[in-house]
Amino acid sequence: MIDWSHTALTIAVILGSCLTLAGMLIWVERRLLGVWQERYGPNRLGPGGCLQSLADMIKIFTKEDWIPPFADKAVFVITPAIVVITALMSFAVIPIAPNFVVADLNVGVLFFLAMSSLAAYSVIIGGWASNNKFAFLGSLRAIAQLLSYEVFMGISLMGAVILAGSFNLSDIVNAQQHQWFVIPQFLGFLGFFMAGLAEAHRTPFDMPEAEAELVAGYHSEYSGMKFGMFFVGEYLSILLLSAMTVILFFGGWHGPWLPPVVWFGLKMFGFIALIILIRAAWPRFRFDQLLSFGWKVVMPLALINLLVTGGVVLWRAG
Amino acid sequence: MMNTWIYARNLVVGLWIVFKRTFTKPVTVQYPEEQPYLPPRWRGRIVLTRDPDGEERCVACYLCSAACPVDCISLQAADNPEAHERRYPEFFRINFSRCIYCGMCEEACPTNAIQLIPDFEQSEYARRNLVYEKEDLLISGTGKYHDYNFYRMAGVRTRDKDKGEGEHELPPVDVKSLMP
Repeated sequence: MIDWSHTALTIAVILGSCLTLAGMLIWVERRLLGVWQERYGPNRLGPGGCLQSLADMIKIFTKEDWIPPFADKAVFVITPAIVVITALMSFAVIPIAPNFVVADLNVGVLFFLAMSSLAAYSVIIGGWASNNKFAFLGSLRAIAQLLSYEVFMGISLMGAVILAGSFNLSDIVNAQQHQWFVIPQFLGFLGFFMAGLAEAHRTPFDMPEAEAELVAGYHSEYSGMKFGMFFVGEYLSILLLSAMTVILFFGGWHGPWLPPVVWFGLKMFGFIALIILIRAAWPRFRFDQLLSFGWKVVMPLALINLLVTGGVVLWRAG
Repeated sequence: MMNTWIYARNLVVGLWIVFKRTFTKPVTVQYPEEQPYLPPRWRGRIVLTRDPDGEERCVACYLCSAACPVDCISLQAADNPEAHERRYPEFFRINFSRCIYCGMCEEACPTNAIQLIPDFEQSEYARRNLVYEKEDLLISGTGKYHDYNFYRMAGVRTRDKDKGEGEHELPPVDVKSLMP
């Protein structure tokens, strides 16, 4: 017995708010970067400049949507869609509040991992289809990066899964009613957050689109709304990373006094601000540094963390 | 291992230093609403000034035009029969789309006629509107030098005084006499 109207309403609310938030995030990021660089950022259009994203959107819709003659047309066109679709699909399993989730899958964590891995394909085939050296270098870096972070991303969030005893994200949140998983799983949190930054192509792991070196990396050849889709997809993956961090390690919607949705939003905004702060403060790593750091430091730590967590849970169970 | 620790500490310290900027005021000047302070010697728009008597200072000597590194000043000298055949610019044209605001014309000017003033708001939609003619350049005031009148100091004859009768002038030396 599924209440279809309830599901449809949830889908509409989550889809609408995700896309609006992703658009607004562009403005939020520019304002916050401004704050941390002692300037204002866009403050002209609307109160505090909050309509800047709207103006950007109107502008980007009127831009020429150009497909380079040397590109692989079919692949080139579907790639931006993959970014946005995979990011939005992941939101289907995100529980924002009790019973406020599109699909309460019992393998929610695995679904999230699968979708985020699929998103990486868009970068790879987008760079390949562009038939451009810079885009191709960006894709190469994305692949190298993928091989290093994807492994310990899964392993480092398994600690939370073991503690909750379930792959269902709502169960994981409910298991944190008394203690957030960030305390027993601090190493897991660090590993997951780092992998998430690499997944969302954010500083310090934004090598696939390193502006200073590769023009715009894998989306150098994209213009108009196709570029806009990449952009929105990137901000959606920031939202997704913050949401997943909150759910897995920071108690999801749990919190005193305020309603669950507000707590979820506040925690999520905290992580979004942290991600933007990291962009304002940290330099970009070389991708061989990410590779060696991922394989030699984070991967063993995540494995030890998994082993110890598993051992402790078994020992407590007797 | 020691290095890893130092790197990690540096990253966290860097994050904290940037975060502290949340509580500082932006240094941005919100330009159209908030006008920046320009010093009096700011080199902006070029004007042609008049002397305290209200006459044009420019004597059309072409020194500004010759000094201009980008050749943006163009003028034509003419004699004014009403004022002792005195030279004046028949036309005076500055192409501000070429001007680099270096101030060399002002340095070259012997009569303080051409001056750069603190005004930089010269945006135009059409490039031809940046070519200023004499009537655009000539102002009614004296600019930066309020009391300076070239003819009063140069020892030449003017409408109301003869040679050597000016304020800082000595009487003309009789070059034919042997006496000092």
